[in-house]
Amino acid sequence: MNYLYYPGCSLTASAREYDLATRAVMAAAGARLTEIDGWTCCGASAAAPISHLLSLSLSARNLALAEQTADDGQVLVPCSACYLNLKKAHNALRNDAAGRATINEALSAVNLTATGSVRVRHLLDVLAKDLGAQHLAPLMKRTLSGLTVAPYYGCQCLRPYPEFDDPERPVSMEPLIEATGAAVHAWEMGSRCCGASLVSTHPEAGLNRVCAILKAATGADLIVTVCPMCQMNLDAWQAKASRMAGENLAITVLYLPQLLGLAIGLSAQELGLDLNLAIERSFRERMKP
Amino acid sequence: MNLQIATASSASENGNNALDKIGSMVRACIQCGTCTGSCPNALEMDMTPRKMWRLVNLGRLAEIMASRTFILCSDCYTCTLRCPRGLPLTDAMEALKGIAFARRERRHRSSRLFYEKFMQTVRRHGRIREMAFMTRYFTAMKSPTVPLRFAPLGIKLMGKGKVEIGLGKTVATPLDALFEKVADLERTTCAPLENEGHG
Repeated sequence: MNYLYYPGCSLTASAREYDLATRAVMAAAGARLTEIDGWTCCGASAAAPISHLLSLSLSARNLALAEQTADDGQVLVPCSACYLNLKKAHNALRNDAAGRATINEALSAVNLTATGSVRVRHLLDVLAKDLGAQHLAPLMKRTLSGLTVAPYYGCQCLRPYPEFDDPERPVSMEPLIEATGAAVHAWEMGSRCCGASLVSTHPEAGLNRVCAILKAATGADLIVTVCPMCQMNLDAWQAKASRMAGENLAITVLYLPQLLGLAIGLSAQELGLDLNLAIERSFRERMKP
Repeated sequence: MNLQIATASSASENGNNALDKIGSMVRACIQCGTCTGSCPNALEMDMTPRKMWRLVNLGRLAEIMASRTFILCSDCYTCTLRCPRGLPLTDAMEALKGIAFARRERRHRSSRLFYEKFMQTVRRHGRIREMAFMTRYFTAMKSPTVPLRFAPLGIKLMGKGKVEIGLGKTVATPLDALFEKVADLERTTCAPLENEGHG
């Protein structure tokens, strides 16, 4: 299996462990990632309000580069915000002739053209559908039995494009978690918003979202995420959220490929575990080789 | 707030045209309130999303701009998914943010600066450099308390080697040509969106 890899900005800085774990798990599963040469920012959620066309063009630039490498390739995207932006651009290129013309006029300024011939895939989609528990389970050398994992999907890998899972009651992580030997925490918050950039721009509102999710995770040993924004909101603000809630909400938060990597037997270093902001001592002890 | 709207009247035509465009996105709203009931941030809003769509369809720009409802949209797409009329409500929220930023509404200044400084960093470096972006944001905010809010996180991330200080390993890809071309196209094809000078 070959994928064109679009890491996105977060995975080069605050979410480096997501990048490390994604590469390590995909390699262990026999998939080959080719990083898109010269990729740039997708525009995140900041470009669209300033200019819709700018948002589409920034993402289309990356699709154009991907097409140059393999015009029927699959673009693998671990960040949900990048995924949604690339999907929107892909959608405009494929289904809107006028949009395609305008985007390509913009791209002419950087000598690129995009047709939308590649496919945009979220990491969770690829892990759940292309690899799947049946392919990953035989690679797992270590059981994580005794642990209960709360699957946190967030929003933008599910909505508005219901590509690989139910957009409100997602389940695609469950077979993967069960393959590790861990149990799935039953909760309703898996697809509820983490507050996204409100945690920075309107913390009084954003932190309420974080609090509600951390509270609902009570009883689980850890939360797993598939997006750098969700991860940062859930792991970096636990002290503040605990003060707001008047109870200790500290909990381990890992990226999904980190959990899978631990079961596969990859080392903490290969999975970037020392870069995580929220790993409880009890979890560290449990994971000692 | 009313004073602000009055002084922004030079931009009001632009705002009203843009509001018409959003009106065409939500014209078929039946005021059922599914959006409000689905919104994770509705409790913090000063006006329900349902009411806001009504005001959009009535063209009442001043009241919309005075509200913080659209600025509190966190792009979760739950309302878009559930709307029984299939309206692109999250995109409409995004477009309202665009109007507020283009009109340089005082009330939404901090959000506008956050978005604008983010895009300036992208324009200059091609990728987001969290350190460069936050520095620009703090400088533009001119508020001594905002950096303090982020300081503990910044120190934590630095300790983990998760922020690039100065020149990182990656080569910057400036995107000025693309940004300029998009601005040109927008000047000729649709209502211009005012942008702060990038520099």
